[in-house]
Amino acid sequence: MTLQAQTEVAAELVNVRRVYQMGGTEVAALDGITHQFGRGEYWSIMGSSGSGKSTLLNILGCIDRPTEGEYLVGGSPVSTLNDDQLSELRGARLGFVFQSYNLIPQLDVLENILVPVMYRDEWPPWALDRAKELAERVGLGGRTGHRPPELSGGQQQRVAIARALINDPDLILADEATGNLDTKTAEEILEVFDELHAEGKTILLVTHERSIGLRAEFTLKLVDGRTEEVVENRSS
Amino acid sequence: MIIRSPFLRTVRLGISSLLLHKLRAFLTTLGVLFGVASVIAMLAVGEGASESAQEQIRQLGSQNVILRSVKPPEDQQSNQDVRVLAYGLTDSDRLRIEYTYPGVRSVIPVMQVPEEVRKGTRVCRPRVLCTRSDYRDATGRVIYEGRFLSELDESLEEPACVLSYEVARHLFPFSSPVGETIRIGGEYLEVVGVVLPRGPVGQVSIDSSTEVGGDIFLPLSAGRRMFGTTQVKMRSGSRDITEVELHEIIVDVRNAADVPMIADACRAMLDREHNDKDWEVIVPLELLLRAEETKRIFNIVLGSIAGISLLVGGIGIMNVMLATVTERTREIGIRRALGAKRKDIVIQFLVETTVLSGCGGVAGVALGLIIPAIVEATADMPTIVTPQAPALAFGISVGIGVIFGLYPAWRAANMDPVEALRHE
Repeated sequence: MTLQAQTEVAAELVNVRRVYQMGGTEVAALDGITHQFGRGEYWSIMGSSGSGKSTLLNILGCIDRPTEGEYLVGGSPVSTLNDDQLSELRGARLGFVFQSYNLIPQLDVLENILVPVMYRDEWPPWALDRAKELAERVGLGGRTGHRPPELSGGQQQRVAIARALINDPDLILADEATGNLDTKTAEEILEVFDELHAEGKTILLVTHERSIGLRAEFTLKLVDGRTEEVVENRSS
Repeated sequence: MIIRSPFLRTVRLGISSLLLHKLRAFLTTLGVLFGVASVIAMLAVGEGASESAQEQIRQLGSQNVILRSVKPPEDQQSNQDVRVLAYGLTDSDRLRIEYTYPGVRSVIPVMQVPEEVRKGTRVCRPRVLCTRSDYRDATGRVIYEGRFLSELDESLEEPACVLSYEVARHLFPFSSPVGETIRIGGEYLEVVGVVLPRGPVGQVSIDSSTEVGGDIFLPLSAGRRMFGTTQVKMRSGSRDITEVELHEIIVDVRNAADVPMIADACRAMLDREHNDKDWEVIVPLELLLRAEETKRIFNIVLGSIAGISLLVGGIGIMNVMLATVTERTREIGIRRALGAKRKDIVIQFLVETTVLSGCGGVAGVALGLIIPAIVEATADMPTIVTPQAPALAFGISVGIGVIFGLYPAWRAANMDPVEALRHE
């Protein structure tokens, strides 16, 4: 469901269920979610712990598959894709920003930004220039040779954002992207997301903090794996 | 520096990942290093030992068939005060071979005299061999100085002799023996030449007080005239008289392919003509083939033993890589989330194991080349490093790296990305 029906759909969930086996019992982390995320929209996905936020993000990020239902990226169902095709889809059309940054410690800033490019079949000629440009953009142009342990948390998260943008993805998926940062640094990161949104990027931000959720254009609230409500945040 | 080639990028990444745990990588490499070094060293020692054995056989002459007289067992001898024993090869055996078998170049008689050799106060007890001039052609002995026996020496029963190098050095430590006179038993002979030494073949008599091996050659005709064919040994209360016409007959065969046939014919003839089994037939070619087979088995056994140490090295690699995969579970999850396919993860970990085993292999080859040199210098053992040995050992080490890296790599590639990302 989208509040802007005229917008082109970036990602769509159709009656998605994700069931886990816990001992002998089945637990539905997602229980029949149907929703559309329009292109260029900025969504926050909110809910209490155990509401299914992370499971939903995993499915949106194609690192997990629904037990039932269908997930479509740019109108194409992902259930028909094999493991390699899913990997290609993740690398080319999705950008991840994790709570704990998840940079690769033995690579420097520039190499970390280039990781999604490394798994392309061919090295694109624009890759290096774009990586430098993105490093510059997130304010790390002077630190491209540094490795993650030499950077602050905020700087590492900026590298992660640059990495998410390197392939110019259709969807940017952020999982509690400011959860490990202090208020000031979190604000800086959120400003980067605001800028990306202003540029027309589609952003799905999972958070449990209301104040952060309200910065998004729309909020999808989950309770017990179901959609509780969809809110248009007028303040954004 | 950004490397555009995917393979080189993966290699660089593998190396930088390994360098995160330098000591662990070094210790893992050591396992392969010693495995490779021991394969090369063991093969080198084995090769050296078998080559020297084969060289000795080759010196017998691969185109020769050697017939030897063998003293019959004690129980066939009489128990009287005077024991007379006549056995072994005869001139008629030699003539029968010479005139009967086609394809024989020459048949060389050899009679051995158990006499002491003296020059002044210097005494030794080498093999004193009475033979003909063609002995040298059949055995390939090389002249050091002077000449070998000639046909004229034989026909004139000249009291001439040729010393092997060891004997010459013992009797004449500071001068050339050619033209000098030595004493064999009670007879005086002139030294006409010296031949170079060769490996210890047959029964070389070495007197315990005068430890000199080697041979002295003199004309058969002169030897028979001087010493006869009968030898008398005095024992307490009895005398042993033995008569041996020829101690050895060397059949020089023209064509190597005929050697087995001639050897069989000789065996058949001697079997027919001799009542007792007082002879043996030695075929160096057969010995050589047998030695080559032994060498092959020896190499397989040694290679297998050394291979086990490589296997242990491989298990070490696998162990470390399994630990590495567990440690880097989160990294695997990140890479998978960012677009890495299963095969990319497999290649990444395989490159790491190959780098580990490859480094161990290179260092092992270096050590494996040094060890045989040390063994040769310190233990006086011949060693031969064939070009195949380092290549084989290095190839096996890399192969082991790949084989033992496959399971950890497969495990890494098949991790659930969601679970991997949750891993702390």
